[in-house]
Amino acid sequence: MDLSNINPILLVASIMISATPILLAAIGEMVVEKSGVLNLGVEGMMITGAVIGFVVAINTGSPVFGFAIAAVAGAVISLSFGVLTQIFLSNQVATGLGLTLVGLGLSSLIGKPYEGMKTETLPKLDIPILGDLPVVGQMLFSHDIMVYLSLLLVLAVWAFLKYTRFGLILRAVGESHDSAHALGYKVIRVRMAAIMFGGACAGLGGAYLSLVRVPQWTEGMTAGAGWIALAIVVFASWRAGRVLVGAYLFGGITVLQLNLQAAGMTWGVQYLSMSPYVITILVLVLISSNRKKGSHNAPANLGQTFHATR
Amino acid sequence: MIRLEKRPQPSKMWIYMTPVLAVLLTMLFGGIMFMVIGTSPIEAIRTIFWDPLFHPQFAAFSRPQLLVKAGPLILIAIGLSIGFRAGIWNIGAEGQYIIGAICGAGVGLALYPMESALILPLMIIAGALGGWAWAMIPAILKVKFGTNEILVSLMLVYVAENILASVSSGVLRNPEGMGFPGSRNLAQWSSSQNLELFAGSGMHLGVLTAFIAVILAYVLLTRHIQGYNIRLTGEAPRAARFAGVSPARTVLFCLGLAGVLAGMAGLFEVTGPAGQITIDFGSGYGFTAIIVAFLGRLHPVGILLAGLLMALTYIGGELAQLMLGVPGASIQLFQGMLLFFLLGVDVLTNFRIRVGKAEVAA
Repeated sequence: MDLSNINPILLVASIMISATPILLAAIGEMVVEKSGVLNLGVEGMMITGAVIGFVVAINTGSPVFGFAIAAVAGAVISLSFGVLTQIFLSNQVATGLGLTLVGLGLSSLIGKPYEGMKTETLPKLDIPILGDLPVVGQMLFSHDIMVYLSLLLVLAVWAFLKYTRFGLILRAVGESHDSAHALGYKVIRVRMAAIMFGGACAGLGGAYLSLVRVPQWTEGMTAGAGWIALAIVVFASWRAGRVLVGAYLFGGITVLQLNLQAAGMTWGVQYLSMSPYVITILVLVLISSNRKKGSHNAPANLGQTFHATR
Repeated sequence: MIRLEKRPQPSKMWIYMTPVLAVLLTMLFGGIMFMVIGTSPIEAIRTIFWDPLFHPQFAAFSRPQLLVKAGPLILIAIGLSIGFRAGIWNIGAEGQYIIGAICGAGVGLALYPMESALILPLMIIAGALGGWAWAMIPAILKVKFGTNEILVSLMLVYVAENILASVSSGVLRNPEGMGFPGSRNLAQWSSSQNLELFAGSGMHLGVLTAFIAVILAYVLLTRHIQGYNIRLTGEAPRAARFAGVSPARTVLFCLGLAGVLAGMAGLFEVTGPAGQITIDFGSGYGFTAIIVAFLGRLHPVGILLAGLLMALTYIGGELAQLMLGVPGASIQLFQGMLLFFLLGVDVLTNFRIRVGKAEVAA
């Protein structure tokens, strides 16, 4: 094994790339959970975004357009979850699982003819001055636009939840849907909007996998990224800033194990591949064992069905 | 205006009708899906639901397959349903299934080429223990630290898949297999083979175990205090705690039972239909069993029927792939749709649909 093959500059740069899809999905899911809805279908929405983004990019030649349609596709498929849980009052856990299964089936059906094809990917931005800085320029300022958009999105979500009136309403709906309803807020409508936002974000995250990170379509390519995004929301105890930390931490682990594999660590490739999942479990345990910081931050009505009796 | 009015009691009729309605809706929308991908919908539906049972040419082969596929689905779904009843969401049955198969096969292969009638029972116990141990990870973490069992059990599926990849090209690899990954064939070793009990029926030990599990689960839920406690925990967690039901014990019991059954399902699969530990041994039964559990309304008898139906879609799906060139993924989508529709129409069980203006509450 030759660790000197690992270039620290490229390492940091690739951490940003590998964290972006999970970051996008996780920040969307955080908004959904803040509104009191637990959507376990992130994996299904991500893979739908991945396949739709890829197919659109192949057929139009425009990855940007692919991202846009992937976001729409994520929102549309999340709408099915919204209708079932909010209007038909189905169990959110079961419906989320169903969404994942539907998404996985739908995506491999749509993606079959596109396997093995190559697509245009997003161009790296040429940021003047910053991009030319030694070391830091290549590490932080030579990425494609989605990396920066995802960071901007985290900032926007943070500000939206903390400083805007709508953010306050969304949090109120998540903390106590009965009180919010009594005050005249449209609980179902707010939750529907949050669910669709989460779907759009997951769709973008999925498209980032198939259009930038890999960039190819393979069946089941999200490989649990959606579930990890869910874990990151818990890890972050529903705070935007910590979602960012969690996603980058996880991106770091993924890239590091890939680098170790590439550096010729031949024994136990499988043990390296499973490390992100094992570490996610360990982190979840750490967070949940610290009761003061962890679960009490969860929205009080998370996962509960709302039915207005009056 | 259309609105929903909560029923004082769940409707008896709709409890039985909703799965039927969901199947019909799935056939309808599945038909539309097949039309979109350019297959005749009527022919596709017939190939999936009718031909495996009654086609003059294929039925003789596919009918026994029904039990072969339904066995593991039912066995796993019974375990899951008991947890779901208590509000414990074990969605990592796929991992418990894989680890059960690895542990059971490992014990068997350690004794190879000994000949003894005790080997298969020993392997079954090892498989059950393997699945149990794998399920105990989320259970203990939940009890000790309050860690979310949904996420942990699911993460462990990916860990189990990596362990599977590792052992099938490592410790369990067939030394006479010319370096190919994959273990010795356990179905061809007389001490470990899990053969059909009646020729041409598809009925192997695993299917028999599944049927026994259905009966025992029924007795547990309707006649035993532990089953009552589980139902109470799911329906009224606070009342259960006041009545002295320990939430920790319920979690350990439910996850442990699901692990045991999933582990046994894995072992029966590896000694019978699958034959060997290979890298692609995980076949998704653990996930499909979730659909089976819900389609069967978390009731043992319902799960028995749902398992047979889901097995039919598997076999019919394979037949449709072969005869009509339908992509395999469409069957996966078909099964997912079934769960979706079921959850959607379930509203009719607990709510009445009223048309008209809402009365002003007094």
